[in-house]
Amino acid sequence: MEKEKIIKVESLDFFYGKFQALINVNLRVEKNQITALIGPSGCGKSTFLRCLNRMNDLIDGIRISGSIQIEGKEILDSQIDLVTLRKKVGMVFQRPNPFPLSVFENIAFGPRVHRLARGEELESIVRHSLESVLLWDELKDTLNKNALSLTLEQQQRLCIARLVAVKPEVLLMDEPCSTLDPMATLKIEELMRILKKDFTILIVTHNMQQAARVSDFTGFFLMGELIEFDATSSIFTAPGDKRTEEYITGRFG
Amino acid sequence: MLNPRTIQKIVFALFGIATVVIIVPVAIVFLIILFNGLQALTPEFLFSMPRMGMRAGGIFPAIVGTLYLIIGTAVFSLPFGIFAAIYLTEYAADNWLKRLVEVAIVNLAGVPSIVYGLFGLGLFVIFLNMGASILAGSLTLAIMTLPVIITASREALNAVPRSFREVSYSLGASRWQTVRKVVLPNAVPGIMTGTILGLSRAAGETAPILFTVAAFYLPRLPQSISDQVMALPYHIYVLSTQVPNVSVKIQYGTILVLVLLVFIMNISAAYIRARFRKRKLW
Repeated sequence: MEKEKIIKVESLDFFYGKFQALINVNLRVEKNQITALIGPSGCGKSTFLRCLNRMNDLIDGIRISGSIQIEGKEILDSQIDLVTLRKKVGMVFQRPNPFPLSVFENIAFGPRVHRLARGEELESIVRHSLESVLLWDELKDTLNKNALSLTLEQQQRLCIARLVAVKPEVLLMDEPCSTLDPMATLKIEELMRILKKDFTILIVTHNMQQAARVSDFTGFFLMGELIEFDATSSIFTAPGDKRTEEYITGRFG
Repeated sequence: MLNPRTIQKIVFALFGIATVVIIVPVAIVFLIILFNGLQALTPEFLFSMPRMGMRAGGIFPAIVGTLYLIIGTAVFSLPFGIFAAIYLTEYAADNWLKRLVEVAIVNLAGVPSIVYGLFGLGLFVIFLNMGASILAGSLTLAIMTLPVIITASREALNAVPRSFREVSYSLGASRWQTVRKVVLPNAVPGIMTGTILGLSRAAGETAPILFTVAAFYLPRLPQSISDQVMALPYHIYVLSTQVPNVSVKIQYGTILVLVLLVFIMNISAAYIRARFRKRKLW
């Protein structure tokens, strides 16, 4: 049976000025699965990820063509409401980047911006969000502590909780573990497996073991092209393209 | 031939001397003022009206006048300065118009203060018919202070890490929400520091208030913003050049009050900056 595809990308081209960063990318992402995007530096995987919540719009001189549908809605449409899009498609960044505010205020930021809740209802959203990233027990007595005083792993969890609080459908993770140590990385991966029950997750990673461990599907980017996209098990055991094989066996990258 | 280490010692000694030399004039000026003015600083001097054609009594109206002018300048220059800085930093597209405005701001900062004074006289006092008044003087000082506030605010806004803005947008916040809830709160210390420095310069200026507000001798407090006031810098000028036989004590006492006022403002700006720099962790 065909599983539901939440994201459909067709013939996507992306330019920074004259440089073409993405070349005819076609991709379908399954709902409630973890999709990993791998490839060497500068291959376009982060650029691709940032197309999905239109974060590239912040850069001057970009041009984009093709189609990206999320839940059946064309998001490259210039008329689309970016606020609604970004509420639905949230992003976790490479460096944990909590605001220099308390734990509580960090998580309350999204719900406040979207006027989702206040008072006790807001408190319960904060609690639920922290629980969903397994931070509640650690932090429930220090909700007023400055988020920047947490460990990096806690900060990254907090950033995920901050997203969860606005109830998105899709979580984009741009190398979320690259500043964390191996133990913390494993814990975040564990968290991702729990979160995929409620969210569709796309993760960009430099770490091939991580892609193999955590993802259900893997896409391999090279020089702006999506070379191969398949179930993670097939990519890592029987890659269809020679370049994919060379990359995952560590021949380059 | 000298060996490199000796040369280095000589060069750095010269640099050190140059640095110390900078302090010397400031210290001498301040000590002379302090030495001559300190005995004058009595409650009576600070809080009473001048008498006998300013040769006796206090300088209360001049202190009050200068404080009013500082407040008035802040009222007019702060909102315009901060709003303009936000617009230029967060909204304006990078085009020729924005660059023109930037060039204008830089040049505005370089205009001599007497030109502001005459501009204020022409525009506010005469053309807009405000007369010499707190209103006209504050507006003139505000225009003079604007470039400082805009420049300092823009620096403070630019210093807020880009990642904060990205996170905010990625959570679905609008541009305005991002500015209001993320960028501004983190830029406030820098904006305050720049603003206080701008106001402290305004407090000490004579030329801009010369024709727009300053009263030669007005031994009563202003009743409204359309009144003239005495102001410390102009009062100092009057005491030292326009009125014969004023005691040195009163002259230096007045100078000391103005210097201390500006000094306190600058110190508090430095304090705010130091305090928030310590708290900043990014």
